[in-house]
Amino acid sequence: MIKIELEVNGKKIQKEIPDHTLLSTFLREHINLTGTHVGCDTSQCGACVVHVDGKSLKSCTALAADLNGSKVTTIEGLASNGKLHPMQEAFKKLHGLQCGFCTPGMVMSVIDLLKQNKNPSDKEIRDWLEGNICRCTGYQNIVAAVKEAAAKM
Amino acid sequence: MKTFNYHSAKDVKEASKLSSSKSAFLAGGMTTLPSMKLGLASYNDLINLKNIKNLSGIKVSGKTIKIGSTTKHAEVSQSKEVKKAIPSLAALAEGIGDPQVRNRGTIGGSIANNDPAADYPSACIALNAVIHTNERKIEAEKFFKGMFETALKTGEIIEAVEFEIPKKSNYQKYPNPASRYAIVGVYVAECKSGVNVAVTGAKSCVYNDKNLSSALSKNFSSSAIDGIEISSSGMNSDIHASAEYRANMVKVFTKKAVEAC
Ligand SMILES: Cc1cc2nc3c(=O)[nH]c(=O)nc-3n(C[C@H](O)[C@H](O)[C@H](O)COP(=O)(O)OP(=O)(O)OC[C@H]3O[C@@H](n4cnc5c(N)ncnc54)[C@H](O)[C@@H]3O)c2cc1C
Ligand code: FES
Ligand code: FES
Repeated sequence: MIKIELEVNGKKIQKEIPDHTLLSTFLREHINLTGTHVGCDTSQCGACVVHVDGKSLKSCTALAADLNGSKVTTIEGLASNGKLHPMQEAFKKLHGLQCGFCTPGMVMSVIDLLKQNKNPSDKEIRDWLEGNICRCTGYQNIVAAVKEAAAKM
Repeated sequence: MKTFNYHSAKDVKEASKLSSSKSAFLAGGMTTLPSMKLGLASYNDLINLKNIKNLSGIKVSGKTIKIGSTTKHAEVSQSKEVKKAIPSLAALAEGIGDPQVRNRGTIGGSIANNDPAADYPSACIALNAVIHTNERKIEAEKFFKGMFETALKTGEIIEAVEFEIPKKSNYQKYPNPASRYAIVGVYVAECKSGVNVAVTGAKSCVYNDKNLSSALSKNFSSSAIDGIEISSSGMNSDIHASAEYRANMVKVFTKKAVEAC
């Protein structure tokens, strides 16, 4: 067992956890933030993407213990005062999702893209989404949603 | 995933002392954690190297670029210094996996793992890299021993990888459409001692194609290798590509890389 302290969506959390606890397990099972999804569990699909200290990573492939002291933002941390984040709003408006399984990871991933590139081209968006797999949408509306959000943010 | 003891070392000495035949170092974890989950590997101890301060960072000094072992792929791909001194190296880092893999995976982890389809080993061979460990300096040619096998001993830690800044260089790869690992990758570099043509993805381990290298050392043009036959014997054959296809791609990519230099 190991004692860790993380700041998750602005809230400080201290817990004692088994050493092998993945960040995705910590979020979903230890603190009940089930918005972060686990698809492949082998770092391929991107459903589990969250931000750690402002950068996107796959939470199924990081140990919670390894991130001791970090700031984590999950999909639950995006809306403020009941108002959706512009990226969530754009996905909703442009039908950037169908079943929604990939969506939390998609949204977290492309927010990181816009931090680095305020006005990405279609190709840059598609290249960036290399690690996020969607089985429903065919990606068209996801790309459209990112462009819409980029114009608004 | 089977449980283990997690340690975070504060310096190289401590990390080395904690290690055993039943431990692994934890850099980005992008190889170690998935292989533990799949039951391909199990360890009693994982020893985090990321809190060791002097292991990360990029230093350019005249003839070489020295990259600390825990430097992430994203840091190399975005580094202004790397882009200026060896643009092909920054481009190689940008082509690894996806943004989240690049945000975690490290150069030290990549070369210690020596996956037959990994990108960095080809850069090490092409750019006459010297691998600095806590015990010695190892030339790239002597470092990569075979499939997932290197010259590293138990407890030996890569501290930095030092690349020669070449006159010109270029890396071409045909990425696996799912993972971006190289189905075939060819890194051509004109260094002080001559031209290197490092090939990854094609065989069980990265190698320097001596025939291509010596032809290009005499005449650095894509037509200089027209007469050279690349044998498919010993090349990988799998669902992605046959051995013959890979052999052909080695030549195609060598020409492309020379033309792009
Ligand atoms: C989805 C996906 C796609 C990928 N695509 C590509 C790709 O296109 N091209 C590519 O080249 N790679 C690819 N990778 C692999 C990636 O580059 C990893 O970063 C790399 O293989 C391992 O680096 P790491 O820092 O994560 O190492 P870890 O997983 O932490 O460690 C790997 C091994 O290296 C050892 N090690 C780590 N650091 C050191 C050190 N400093 N000294 C001694 N030993 C050390 C460890 O003991 C362990 O055995 C991909 C990985 C994933 C998950
Ligand atoms: S669940 Fe993490 S990448 Fe698929
Ligand atoms: S919306 Fe169903 S997987 Fe993407």
